[in-house]
Amino acid sequence: MTVLLQLINGVQVGAIYALVALGYSMVYGIIKLINFAHGDIIMVGAYVVWFLMARLLFPAWAAVILAIAFCACLGMAIEKIAYKPLRNSPRISLLITAIGISFLLQNLAQVIFTANPRMFTNVFPGSIRLGGSTLSVATLVTIVVSVLLMAGLSFLVNRTKIGRAMRAVSEDKATAELMGINVNNTISFTFALGSGLAAVAAVLYCCSYSQINPTMGSMLGLKAFVAAVLGGIGSIPGAMVGGFIIGIAESFTKGYISSKLADAVVFGILILVLLIKPVGILGRGKREKV
Amino acid sequence: MKRIAIVFLALLLLVPAAMAEDTIKVGVIAPETGNVAVYGIAARDGVKLYIDQFNAQGGVNGKPVELIIYDDKGDPVEAMNAYNKLVYDDEVAAIIGPVTSSPTFGVAEASVEDNMPCLTATATHPDVTTYGDNFFRVCFEDPFQGGTMARFAAAELGAKTAAIIYNTADAYSTGLKDAFTEAAAEAGLEIVATEGYATSDVDFKAQLTNIAGTNPDVLFVPDYYNTAYMICSQARELGVEATFLGVDGADGVLSIEGADTSVFEGMYFANHYSADDTGELVTSFRAAFEEAYGETPNSFAALGYDAAKILCQALIEVDNAGVEIGPDSYQEVIDALQATDLEGVTGHIIFDEDGNPVKDLTIIEIKDGAYTFYSKY
Repeated sequence: MTVLLQLINGVQVGAIYALVALGYSMVYGIIKLINFAHGDIIMVGAYVVWFLMARLLFPAWAAVILAIAFCACLGMAIEKIAYKPLRNSPRISLLITAIGISFLLQNLAQVIFTANPRMFTNVFPGSIRLGGSTLSVATLVTIVVSVLLMAGLSFLVNRTKIGRAMRAVSEDKATAELMGINVNNTISFTFALGSGLAAVAAVLYCCSYSQINPTMGSMLGLKAFVAAVLGGIGSIPGAMVGGFIIGIAESFTKGYISSKLADAVVFGILILVLLIKPVGILGRGKREKV
Repeated sequence: MKRIAIVFLALLLLVPAAMAEDTIKVGVIAPETGNVAVYGIAARDGVKLYIDQFNAQGGVNGKPVELIIYDDKGDPVEAMNAYNKLVYDDEVAAIIGPVTSSPTFGVAEASVEDNMPCLTATATHPDVTTYGDNFFRVCFEDPFQGGTMARFAAAELGAKTAAIIYNTADAYSTGLKDAFTEAAAEAGLEIVATEGYATSDVDFKAQLTNIAGTNPDVLFVPDYYNTAYMICSQARELGVEATFLGVDGADGVLSIEGADTSVFEGMYFANHYSADDTGELVTSFRAAFEEAYGETPNSFAALGYDAAKILCQALIEVDNAGVEIGPDSYQEVIDALQATDLEGVTGHIIFDEDGNPVKDLTIIEIKDGAYTFYSKY
């Protein structure tokens, strides 16, 4: 029974990693950038919801919708201001800019909200009894919402016009442009989508783990990045699979081996993947175009 | 004319100094500014309150106690400067302070060479009293509360099984866990699970799932209030029904902004004192403090008050023995402090051979969303 409960804990945190990893993967797929500021978008989302609910006394649903909208706009703005001017520069310049944005967001949050941790009120309180054990409502909501969002995202990418445009731009930007696809809008849309998912992840994360602080995004972002690499960066189903594997591995390590080793196991997985199958579980090796 | 005025002014200034000759000087080192000023000011105010009351009742057989207070800003270097000034310039008879542990180490070490009687009200680190026989403390040290909570759970709550979740990277938390485990074995309390976590962790579900599986009677959470909140709320979500046990770091759990504090209902934690204690000493102390400073005294103020009381009692003993109190009476004051046996606001206090107090601690219960005095234990 404990095994099953540990599995559920793992799936819960894994679902959050997966949502965040999707943002990494989509952005990498489309402009070949590891967006290190992505983890901090989660932090921003968490603070927006907290501020709206605790300080302006918004109802939870309105706070969540506004936070998603805010993060989507923030993601687009970062892309337009910081990444777009560097689109034709060496890849390393873009990467360094992303790290800079990450620090900027963290320190801004520290100036505005101070470094003291804030407590987040659980939007989904309560728990239900299943047999001899108890599951929190937040856990169930996390798993259900994540799975629905991932299904929705798969549909969007594979079955809609904008999804086809996203895939086309990630295949070959120049050709896509020649085919009449608005590349700039497609990239903006991808950033908005990824950042919106990050805001959802922020809400789900905070409902279960209650504390928010300006640097909360860095570790969460890093683990989601490992999940994206494990699943195959650039691959959307890969990000989901990777997220769940990382979450479950972490939970089982904490539960059965030692809580001290949990992070070591997660990053050990990253090293193993890079050594054995650098393209990840579902990633495709790309042949050089001649 | 001008010169006469200056001479007159100088004489005026000399008068209080001349009158002050017949006081007993006691030094106080406390952070009045800086990061830990909250603690320092509370402790200092507690000391001042007792000394005022003491002098009003006649002081040491007619001689009032004069406090010389220096701000150490919580900084070890400033604390050493303050100590040297008190010993060599002001020639005090004894020192109360410092308040926090890190400035206390240096002062404790230096005071051994001078054999200066020192009494810290609030430095909890176990090492501060290990330097010499001249250094005493009024508060209990960290591990003591761990042992007491284990005995309390077994005897008062009738608990048979206990689980512990602690921070593996923090000396405070691991020390408390060790003391709890040790005392539990003696008290017949079975430890069914011991789980660890790291300092920045926010997800405790894997560890708590294991704990939930063992269904313990009590769950010991030796950490500060923010972490205690995350652990306790996740524990309740996972169906852990154990009674939560905390330590003095848990003081503050009910004032976390935005927190659902109902998870703490029924929790017990150890503290130095409770302002709600209905004992006569506490109620009169609280009333006097509120009148003097306009706020409810916290543990630091209570400990400062007790430190001043212990020292004043010792000074009376020395004076009764016919020794003149001053820079030449250090050993007599130390002996009198060692023989302390009195009832303080924070409990009955005697000192063991290391200068640590053997005293009761106060158990606080969280009931109807408020800290409630449960008992001395």
